[in-house]
Amino acid sequence: MLVFDGVTLDFGDGPVFDRFDLAVAPGRLVALLGRSGCGKTTSLRLAAGLVAPASGRVENRFRRTAMVFQEPRLLPWADATDNAAFGLAALGVGREARRARAGDLLTGFGFAPADLGKRPAELSGGMQSRVAIARAFAVEPDLVLMDEPFAALDVGLRRELQDLVRDAVERRGSAVLFVTHDVTEAIRLADRILVLSARPARVVLDAEATPTADPAAIHAAAATFLALPAARGALLER
Amino acid sequence: MNAAARLAWGAAGLAGLAVAWEAGHRALGPLVLPAPAETAATLTTLILSGKAGPALAVTAADALGGWLAGAMLGAALGIAGGLLPPLGAALRPVTIVILGVPPIAWVVLALLWFGPAGLSAGFTVLVTVLPIVFAGAFQGILARDPALGEMARAFGAPPLLKLRALIVPQLLDHLLPALATALAFAWKVAVMAEVLGGGTGIGGEIATARAHLDLAMTLAWVMLAVALLLACDAALLSPVRRRARGVA
Repeated sequence: MLVFDGVTLDFGDGPVFDRFDLAVAPGRLVALLGRSGCGKTTSLRLAAGLVAPASGRVENRFRRTAMVFQEPRLLPWADATDNAAFGLAALGVGREARRARAGDLLTGFGFAPADLGKRPAELSGGMQSRVAIARAFAVEPDLVLMDEPFAALDVGLRRELQDLVRDAVERRGSAVLFVTHDVTEAIRLADRILVLSARPARVVLDAEATPTADPAAIHAAAATFLALPAARGALLER
Repeated sequence: MNAAARLAWGAAGLAGLAVAWEAGHRALGPLVLPAPAETAATLTTLILSGKAGPALAVTAADALGGWLAGAMLGAALGIAGGLLPPLGAALRPVTIVILGVPPIAWVVLALLWFGPAGLSAGFTVLVTVLPIVFAGAFQGILARDPALGEMARAFGAPPLLKLRALIVPQLLDHLLPALATALAFAWKVAVMAEVLGGGTGIGGEIATARAHLDLAMTLAWVMLAVALLLACDAALLSPVRRRARGVA
């Protein structure tokens, strides 16, 4: 369980959060929707313990948390396998064991044996994103924080990686807090969709959802979703 | 271009240099430029007579000793300065001043302080190397990518892993080129200091050869100095360069 209880935070340019509440239950993929700059990324950084709230409480009762950033954030001097194994190294897993586990995971993510030893500069953007996702899932997290990880990728690749995340979630039962500004991405992936208002962020809409890969269903659901006054107000209107 | 082709073209370039040397010798005469063959013969005699060895040892001790001391001091100060901003701000202009003093001025000062033999060449190398390595280490610490640091924190990486997988590789990216540059300078400055000191080492021998107007001998000693630099680079720095990018 991840709980934000009355969180207040201000970086000096107006409050990002003012008595903000949020809860993420185990095994669910929760999409966090909102406009740019509304505090979505900050909520992930709070959950990861990278920033502390000025007041209120962030309680992360999950056993192990992993994070996928907006950019892959790979070590340029390490190969794909060592990068995917970084989280395992942080847990103290020995080199042989962690490389074997990371290699298996990458192979499952579509890596050819020859690609496992490549440095990030030799990998395409999509492959780099796969390494970043593998790095997160390698530690067998029960909470994964994802910050618009596919925003820079083309539509086809994005769908492929979305399926990969959905599949990893279903197989492992990890909870995911997935930040995005793309309504169709949220509908495609999420069990629950939260819409944040502009700063200071509040949850203006909290909707249960059923993830689907069917494009027609996604479009229909997105239209219905954006017709809701709360969603329209937070996401579309100025 | 593959490795074999690169090697072949490199050899062709050196052969071209030898041809130009020979042509220069024929055009200008042996008093200006001795024949490559004559120089090679002199070089062989130098090595076989056992005269080269001790001179090489003295120059190597001057160059490597000064380089090592300057590198350790420069790296330590650079890392400390990078980690402690006030110290870094205080040290930077000092090292720029040291860097700005021409090596020849350091040679003169060292000769006055330490006398013609002994420490003067090594000291000159040290003050030449120190600011170069300082700048490399300082940049290596400052140029760390904060995004990678945050990633490591998000995964709860312990300090030792951060040091090994993040800080050291980023530091080496800047430190290794600085060490290589400093090493090349170390040989040149050591030989220069020895020439001016007129005492021992390759530089001392060059000074003697110059006094005898023996060009073949001078060039033979120069070739030895170059060979020493190349051997040292291959033995010391190439393995480190190759290894530096392989850690994680």
